[in-house]
Amino acid sequence: MSVTDSLTTADGLPLRRALLRADRRARWRAFALVAPLLIFVVVTFLVPIGQMLHRSVHNPAFPDNMPRLTAWFGATPTGTQPDETAFAALAADLRDAAAARTVAIVGTRVNYDLPGTRSLFTSTGRKAAGLQPPYRDSLLKADAKWGDPELWAVMRAASSAYTPGFYLAALDLTREADGSITAVPPERQVYVPLFLRTFVLSAAITGLCLILAFPIAHLLATLPLRWSNLLMILVLLPFWTSLLVRTTAWIVLLQQQGVINSTLVALGILTDDGRLTMIYNQTGTVVAMTHVLLPFMVLPLYSVMRTINPAYVRAARSLGATSWTAFRRIYLPQTLPGIGAGALLVFILAVGYYITPALVGGASGQLISNLIAFHMQDSLNWSLAAALSALLLGAVVVLYWLYDRLIGIDNMKLG
Amino acid sequence: MKKLLVLTTAMAGLALPGLAQEVTVMGWGGAYTASQIEAYHKPFTAKTGIKVTSVDADNPATPIKAQVEAKNVSIDVASVEIADAVRLCDEGLVEVIDAATLPPAPDGTPAVSDFIEGTLSECMIPTDVFSTVVAYDTSKFPSGGPKTIADFFDTAKFPGKRGVKKGAKVVLEMALMADGVPAAQVYDTLATPAGVDRAFAKLDTIKKDAVFWEAGSQPPQLLADGEVSMTIAWNGRIFNAAMADSKPFEIMWDGQVFEWEGWVIPKGAPNMEAALEFVKFSTSTEPLAAAANWISYGPPRKSSAPLVGTFKNEGKVPMSPHLPTSPENLTNALASSLEFWADHDTELNERFNAWLAAN
Repeated sequence: MSVTDSLTTADGLPLRRALLRADRRARWRAFALVAPLLIFVVVTFLVPIGQMLHRSVHNPAFPDNMPRLTAWFGATPTGTQPDETAFAALAADLRDAAAARTVAIVGTRVNYDLPGTRSLFTSTGRKAAGLQPPYRDSLLKADAKWGDPELWAVMRAASSAYTPGFYLAALDLTREADGSITAVPPERQVYVPLFLRTFVLSAAITGLCLILAFPIAHLLATLPLRWSNLLMILVLLPFWTSLLVRTTAWIVLLQQQGVINSTLVALGILTDDGRLTMIYNQTGTVVAMTHVLLPFMVLPLYSVMRTINPAYVRAARSLGATSWTAFRRIYLPQTLPGIGAGALLVFILAVGYYITPALVGGASGQLISNLIAFHMQDSLNWSLAAALSALLLGAVVVLYWLYDRLIGIDNMKLG
Repeated sequence: MKKLLVLTTAMAGLALPGLAQEVTVMGWGGAYTASQIEAYHKPFTAKTGIKVTSVDADNPATPIKAQVEAKNVSIDVASVEIADAVRLCDEGLVEVIDAATLPPAPDGTPAVSDFIEGTLSECMIPTDVFSTVVAYDTSKFPSGGPKTIADFFDTAKFPGKRGVKKGAKVVLEMALMADGVPAAQVYDTLATPAGVDRAFAKLDTIKKDAVFWEAGSQPPQLLADGEVSMTIAWNGRIFNAAMADSKPFEIMWDGQVFEWEGWVIPKGAPNMEAALEFVKFSTSTEPLAAAANWISYGPPRKSSAPLVGTFKNEGKVPMSPHLPTSPENLTNALASSLEFWADHDTELNERFNAWLAAN
């Protein structure tokens, strides 16, 4: 029996229970304090992201609007030839869907997997009210495409609301009629090359940011406060300026008739025909994004460097180290938490960047986020956009995990 | 709060019928919205007292889908392209509008036969015929500019960068016409894999000289900056830049691909009645003709054509020669095909994106 069990408080309660109660109350109070933020994060962040992720594997357009045919697919094994029952179910579903104006939704869904079929659904939908048995013959008469085995395979795949199909599409894969998974032809491969380009360019931008930010941060950290504050404003001023303004400023500077090209031509370094192409390509994306993301590297580096005691480097020098050795063995290792934080921050922001590449990237400077935006806004294929976003999120989480394993997240210092 | 707002709005509506009403109209921005404000919004408010709020989007069809699916519709009327209108209509996201209820032409011709054949559809009432054309900077070609669509792809004869729309639609059609496919056979050709390959092969010839644009305001800017010497553009934007900013821009009508756009009313629009009234008013003969005085898009009503006047009603530049619907501009022209793009949009844009991404 422990001591607390035998002790009692002034009002006769066992001390152990009184302590527990006070403890619980304190915990509840703490929880009540964070509750508003927690609810805010759950409602505005976790729930929408969850919905989006759900959408990437869930598209009920076909089963919701074609219930009879979906039931037939459910009752027969894969590869079953469509019989009269199937065609009758198809005709009845088309009739109901046309009346409810949902036939185009079904057509759009099937069209994702088999291009050219949307009008098959809408045009047959318009005639569906007049279809007579035997349905197989009358549907084939309405359009011979209804007999296509590939169409039936695609409809069978679409008939289940939960599908890995959008992830396959996001990885440039496709499912053949016999169920095997193969790569799409090279001229249609777009997402995997773009993912690779996004990661390569983001790594390059992170590297450039580090090279540019390191000396700036060092200067800021070692100057007297009066001067460093002034210089800090120069770092922060662009940070406070609208992203669009900064991107447009780069267009003015870099374009063929822009400031830099015209200056070089005026100085006689370039001929008028030999103007450099520095924008609407990868160069434009890298230059503009490096500038936009630079403060995210400077600030963590600066905050770490300020805390480094200059006595260490002086001690190393006085013990005979060259300036390079003192930097490499003494100073650099102490800045690692800042480098880690800055690099991670810049890289993760760069991977999801959208507006800058859209404005200055041209064709070769597009990133995966531009295609996610395309599917959100233009093609309206939100399931595919969700699958692409989920893959991007997954890749970032893997990188974060790797970082944690290699360097350790506790070592990171954000500010 | 929202309930209170609804209640007060409803009460205000009861107290002063017609006065407190308002209608939110979504347009494409730029000179296009400006023309609609002058020709439709202002006269409509003057006539009915209903306030018109104008908002802009890159393509209003996108917010419609998002708003109707989220059941939070804030737009009453939106301007969309015909292809999007048909798609939205098929998916039940916009209201069906009975064209028979539209006002007749001044001579009594019913609206249904007054509109140019084929422009009326179930859910959209057309406001204008616009065209995607090739425009160029005359100062870049002192010995004469391009004459045919093939010249756009001929960087040896006409040097300089090319502005190209970032998207498959229109660009592929122009590539095929430049490769010698007659306008009448463009869509049959594009429906075959060989035809698609042929179009992309033609695009390959200018890929390294291409600057891709997304928003309609970009091509005049690219021309003005000297970033490109020739660009695919919407004819109205080029005309306005040439007029308003006195830029030396010229439109080449050969190989133009024309489409039409108009009003749709999203399902669940908050001010349905006012919206319908606005649509009926703005698509009557006179406002349609008036709009053509502000931007060079052709009026879709036949009865509007004779009423088209001069640019900004200033009496200087007659508008008719600058409209896509004028006969002299239609010698080698292609009407964009709805059915084709409804079916092949996904497939061809996917291929286009892959083509863009490949180095």
